[in-house]
Amino acid sequence: MSSVLPHLPALQVVIPLFGAVIAAFLRRGALAFAVALAVTWLMPIIAAAMLWQVIETGPISYAMGGWEPPWGIEYRVDLLSAFVLLLVSGVAAAIMPFARQSVTLEIDESREAWFYCMYLLCLTGLLGITITGDAFNAFVFLEVSSLSSYVMIANGLDRRALLAAFQYLVMGTVGATFYVIGVGFLYLLTGSLNFVDIADRLANVGPEQFSAMVAALAFVSAGIGIKLALFPLHAWLPNAYAFAPSFATAFLAASATKVAVYLIIRLYYSVFGGAIDYAALPISEVIIVLSVAAMFIASAIAVFENNLKRMLAYSSVAQIGYVTLGIGLANQAGLTGGIAHLFNHAVMKGALFVALGCVFFRVGSCLLNDVTGLGRRMPITMAAFAIAGLGLIGTPGTVGFVSKWYLAQGALDSGSWLLVFAIVASSVISVVYVGRVVEIVWFREPTSKAVIEASDPPLSMLLPLIALTAAVVYFGIETSASAGLASRAAEMLTGALPTAELPAGAPE
Amino acid sequence: MDILFDLAERYNYAATIFLMVAGLYIVIARGNMVKKLVGLSIFQTSVYLLFIEPSKIVGGTAPIIDPDFSIYSNPLPHVLILTAIVVGVATISLGLALIVRINEAYGTIEEDEILNNGDGG
Repeated sequence: MSSVLPHLPALQVVIPLFGAVIAAFLRRGALAFAVALAVTWLMPIIAAAMLWQVIETGPISYAMGGWEPPWGIEYRVDLLSAFVLLLVSGVAAAIMPFARQSVTLEIDESREAWFYCMYLLCLTGLLGITITGDAFNAFVFLEVSSLSSYVMIANGLDRRALLAAFQYLVMGTVGATFYVIGVGFLYLLTGSLNFVDIADRLANVGPEQFSAMVAALAFVSAGIGIKLALFPLHAWLPNAYAFAPSFATAFLAASATKVAVYLIIRLYYSVFGGAIDYAALPISEVIIVLSVAAMFIASAIAVFENNLKRMLAYSSVAQIGYVTLGIGLANQAGLTGGIAHLFNHAVMKGALFVALGCVFFRVGSCLLNDVTGLGRRMPITMAAFAIAGLGLIGTPGTVGFVSKWYLAQGALDSGSWLLVFAIVASSVISVVYVGRVVEIVWFREPTSKAVIEASDPPLSMLLPLIALTAAVVYFGIETSASAGLASRAAEMLTGALPTAELPAGAPE
Repeated sequence: MDILFDLAERYNYAATIFLMVAGLYIVIARGNMVKKLVGLSIFQTSVYLLFIEPSKIVGGTAPIIDPDFSIYSNPLPHVLILTAIVVGVATISLGLALIVRINEAYGTIEEDEILNNGDGG
């Protein structure tokens, strides 16, 4: 066992990669699912072991292939990356049992094994982005996860899934290419690709090269902004989530945008943080304005959406706004709120999309008109939907409250009452769109035949839903695990900045 | 005039930027999906140039230690771009495969024709 432990960072990425190959060779859906399940359940164990090691002894640095950093590719696990690794692998492990029945229903049998292959490749890419300490390696993993997610989305039942996948492919590739341009500038400036090494060397870059540094920052911001669906670069997201197979939606909504957010936090705080005085540039303002716009506009669109999957997709854009708001505030409480909301939103959206997957499994539709009175036929599913929906609103006792509390505190610390008002007011909009669904599902008589004949789905789909919903409540009450870790990660990040407390120029 | 001299001296960068902007413009302005992919490919190619140009030193050789040579080109960007080319090929082929499927499902590869059918969702 002791010979395996030092190689945990490599195993975190290599195991799902080989799992993907094995799943492709097995050809049979059931066998491929068994491989995917085994791999996915192994991942959080590895991630938890590394998190424990990081808390005990500090960051782990792993030289891939024995080439010492900064020359070789370094896998670097610090508190933030261990936290995100555990989040992504944990949510994936929770929703994995749901996949079997859902994928059998929605994917043609001859393609099931390939679908699991793509899922495992996507997991490889997402874990790889989080764990790598190398800017170009992050690009490669970004493309591994993106290409496989385009394939997953294109497998949706509706033909519009193809169009959504193509649009996502075009925008995603433009985003990734922007990121590479930014990395190119960084490489020209510093001659290094290792995040830690770049940060060291950027601090010594002369003022005449300042504009190149800002250009690099702009390119990576725009590139990753597309990937994390930062308003107004979110156009690909609603259709992609709405028409993808249920399992793919649940998995991507809970993980893909979160990892992109991780990458931008890493770049802003750990790479550029030491070299660029953010107070001199209007970056905070831009991010805060876009975040607030996302919180309001995307939420407002969600209110009028008839397709429940699209409604939740727009809600995702809005919730990403809360996360980026925390990044923009750039103070201890705000960043804690942002990172905690990363975790909380993954758990909530995982639960909500799994619930919709169950609805589709029984009713065959996710349109609001088709689910009237479903609460009486699928009580457990719809109760879970309502509880996770309360989390989305930010009701006390759920995870959503914890992160919004920290965000509001961060906004107060930066001296902006207006932002506190924006956080509360945009939550009111989410009351409308969640409440609308709850009203139609619970307080009306079933009318359609499909609803009357529906019942709660089989246990393999119900258990992931219950587990995630329980997590929504549990982490809302027991905050030391999620918010506590987020707070320590935020402390580490803001502590690395030259001035610990940045004057985040909030719009007055 | 100085700007023109600068530009002439660094004509390779001017070419890179032209390709970059032209590719991005095609992606945005064209409704035909194959043309969009062509634009995407040009855009990606410009980035290959962005990496390769600064790493090539005039008169430099491959970085193999030899007493006869003292100037070497930087090999790392070439390796990076080799990877980026592979990624680009994968992206374009996946995009083309999607276009084939879209053509089968819709009977057209013009984005506006699909959207006008009220099916763009």
